[in-house]
Amino acid sequence: MPPATADLWSIAPELWLTGLGLLVLLVDLFSGPGRKTAVGAVAAGGLLLTLIPIAAMLGWAPRTAFFGSYAVDGFAVFFKILTVVATALVVLAAMDGLRTRFEGEFYALLVFMALGLVLMAAASDLILLALAIEFVSLTSYVLAGWLKANPKSNEAGIKYFLFGAASSAVMFFGFSIVYGLAGTTNLYDIAARLRGAAAPALYLGVALMLAGLGFKISMVPFHQWTPDVYEGAPTPVAAYLSVGSKAAGFAALLRVLLVAIDPTRVDWALLLALLAAATMTLGNLLALPQRNIKRLLAYSSISHAGFLLIGVAAFRGAFGTPGLLVYLFGYTFTQLGAFFVAVLVGAQLRSDEIADYAGLARRAPVSAFLMALFMLSLTGLPPTAVFVGKFYVLAAAVETGLLWLAVLAVVNTVVALYYYAGVIRAMYVLPPVSETPIPEPAALQVALGITGLGTLIIGLYPQPIIDLVHNARLLLQL
Amino acid sequence: MLSLITFLPLAGGVLILLLPKTSHALMKNVALLASGAAFLLSLVLTARFEIGAGMQFQELYRWIPGIVVNYHLGVDGLSLPLVVLTTLLSLLSLVYSWRIDLRLKEYLFLFLLLETGMLGVFLALDFFLFYIFWEVTLVPMFFLIAIWGGPRKEYAAIKFFLYTLVGSLAMLLAILLLYFNSEPRTFSVLELIRQQPLADAPLLAALAFWGFFLSFAVKVPMWPFHTWLPDAHVEAPTAGSVILAGILLKMGTYGFVRFSLPLLPETFKQYAVIVAVLALLGIVYGALVAMAQTDLKKLVAYSSVNHMGFVMLGVAAAAAAVGEPQRAQAATTALNGAVFEMVAHGIITGALFLIVGVIYDYRAHTRGVDEFGGLGARLPVYTGVSTMAMLASLGLPGLMGFVAEFLIFVGSFGIFPYLTALALSGLIFNAAMFLWTIQRIFLGPFNERWAHLSDLDGREKLSLVPLAALMLIFGLYPRPLLDVINAAMVVLSGAVR
Repeated sequence: MPPATADLWSIAPELWLTGLGLLVLLVDLFSGPGRKTAVGAVAAGGLLLTLIPIAAMLGWAPRTAFFGSYAVDGFAVFFKILTVVATALVVLAAMDGLRTRFEGEFYALLVFMALGLVLMAAASDLILLALAIEFVSLTSYVLAGWLKANPKSNEAGIKYFLFGAASSAVMFFGFSIVYGLAGTTNLYDIAARLRGAAAPALYLGVALMLAGLGFKISMVPFHQWTPDVYEGAPTPVAAYLSVGSKAAGFAALLRVLLVAIDPTRVDWALLLALLAAATMTLGNLLALPQRNIKRLLAYSSISHAGFLLIGVAAFRGAFGTPGLLVYLFGYTFTQLGAFFVAVLVGAQLRSDEIADYAGLARRAPVSAFLMALFMLSLTGLPPTAVFVGKFYVLAAAVETGLLWLAVLAVVNTVVALYYYAGVIRAMYVLPPVSETPIPEPAALQVALGITGLGTLIIGLYPQPIIDLVHNARLLLQL
Repeated sequence: MLSLITFLPLAGGVLILLLPKTSHALMKNVALLASGAAFLLSLVLTARFEIGAGMQFQELYRWIPGIVVNYHLGVDGLSLPLVVLTTLLSLLSLVYSWRIDLRLKEYLFLFLLLETGMLGVFLALDFFLFYIFWEVTLVPMFFLIAIWGGPRKEYAAIKFFLYTLVGSLAMLLAILLLYFNSEPRTFSVLELIRQQPLADAPLLAALAFWGFFLSFAVKVPMWPFHTWLPDAHVEAPTAGSVILAGILLKMGTYGFVRFSLPLLPETFKQYAVIVAVLALLGIVYGALVAMAQTDLKKLVAYSSVNHMGFVMLGVAAAAAAVGEPQRAQAATTALNGAVFEMVAHGIITGALFLIVGVIYDYRAHTRGVDEFGGLGARLPVYTGVSTMAMLASLGLPGLMGFVAEFLIFVGSFGIFPYLTALALSGLIFNAAMFLWTIQRIFLGPFNERWAHLSDLDGREKLSLVPLAALMLIFGLYPRPLLDVINAAMVVLSGAVR
């Protein structure tokens, strides 16, 4: 039975992304060395155009396509928007830094990875999900090891690959247990057929699946790869991993758990609350002694994963899932912005040490101001984007009676202030080592400006995001 | 009107950011203009304010309907004096900061941002909005201490930031507890006071109360949460100290009166004795430690701990009288005293920090109390203003501090007689401390080392004389201010009866 035409329409953004990736490869083939910026421009422009078919899907009624294996719901649309915007920003930020003859392939890989992330967020079938995750993983291994001449980048690529392959294997084992219990790979059918399954086996299956998805979102105890990979990978790639694959990981986690696993059978909410507590605390404590901005952002991104997990654990309330999405949206802009400043400084000063940010307020005032804004936002101070997210997840925890988790989150926020303020201190208080202004390249400035404005506007007027999030209802039952 | 007052300073600050780096005079004038306009508007507001008409000049707009957050401002007899105090002290501090030229642009921007934040805190009537303004004040103060501060500025700045952030986040949880227990859910302060959402849930009410308490007590600061204050004050630049002592501390006591008391009256009553004992400890401890200081700035800082203890004693006494109509009169008197003391302490301590700055920043470059002596004969104007501020601070009748402390003692004596009697000892230590300080600095043989010191210049007079005049005016004739406050406090103690 061939798929219906309506099914094809409902994957228009995915088809467009596939075409765009191929187009970028073609443009790369025909543009000479030194003129690769055009390739980046095509990628960024094409990504922005993807928003048109995505926007058209905003009003659609939720349903599934391709025999129930692919969800077409507001939830998937939300992650499509998030992924496409993040990818376009990363492409912009990378355009000035990577002057190699493989630059064009870099953009193509980013576009393909965006496709994989979009598939991950919408897959409602275990096999499709596994394929999407592997697709994302393979492209990101290559991207992490992109700087061939740099041993740290090679280490990042290999490390990411080894950890990733192992955790994927564990996760697929979990999938196979669930398949064995339910006799189907479709999430909605699983939900119906698991009612009579033996609980111990189900617990094992859920735990093994969590290992793989936890790796993607860098959840403790599957977080160890994060700092090494972020430090070694090219900075734009680190930015992308900390935002794109984390978001898609959360999307997959939420969809699998909410749709397929009955929380009254397997109490995954409590499990995730405990994991959230461990993740945010450990990530924060390990971030405290960091001296390298990329490692700092890596550990802080682990701790943010913990905060996001609160939203999953508090899924029962009206603030849980929306909180997760609001947080992810704000975090995307802020975290990307922070990494973009690291891209700028790294490219100009050849250093990622926080000590070398000394006097940045004098040498690059706009970037320093934005970096201070991003640091305050990541801490969760209003009126910024991550504050709104933190507000939501704290509200979710209070609403569902997880007061202890909310208190722990508050303590962690204070701890986080200490290391984020350290970056601000370097930029604004310490005297500069030299007075030479740092040039701020155009494309990067655009990317920085968008992330900065996004951080502020979401903080001041979050209503449109809240509307978007409320539109992002998950397709829970067929 | 209220939005205009609140955001004028910020608008000036943003304008300053756009000006070229070298045009110092222009930037200063813009800052002065923005802050001056806000002050004038707050005077207009006072003139048009109707005593006893409750919440006035309200502005209510939908902001984030998704979670029922509104943009809601309003002013009553509690917030009006603090708003005028804020605009006045900000303006005078800017006048005093005229000679700053290190990173002037950032300084002025942060200062004006701080002013907007403080005004917003006193005017906001929606908890979400209030929280944003509350947090907005932290960031500029952190920078003001960290960049323009003294030798240990980084330590002091981060300590201030961390302490107050712990408190703010605890308050956020308390706000959320109120929100989720209200029906229909709301962040509106007035609506929550009407609903009393936690009246039937003592455990949650206690949690919410201590959440608010932590936030406000750190800010006040109450003993034992005061340790950030001496560090922050000593390291902050003069104008920063003025704002910190004059206004930021008031945000804590304002919070107790505006939120803790009417939102959780029964719970506050239950714990009022604990709060009163902590206030008493602050009173005695602050005065005694201040007496032991040789650093003039630290001395004034610890005397703030003492004075804010008086405010908290008055608030705690009022809380203890909740639900007892026969003590309502005493409670109202204590609250009047507490709010009057907030304003008095803002004016007096603001002046005291300017006085320290005058001698430290541009003249002697030392703050050692014992290093001076006999300055009275050489610097007559400076000595006059300083003596007056110190006498006002120790509660000399005829000056502003006396009125406030008298009302607090009269009010709280009817409710906590023993604690109040003990608190009187703090008054004595305080008086001894300031008299001894006056003696050491201005009297005695002249220290020839300071022969070259000059008296106040025009700009310094401009920033100090208005404060000295206010101390005297409200000390002799407190009625206009007291009427405004009293009307609001009668409503408040009526509402929680």
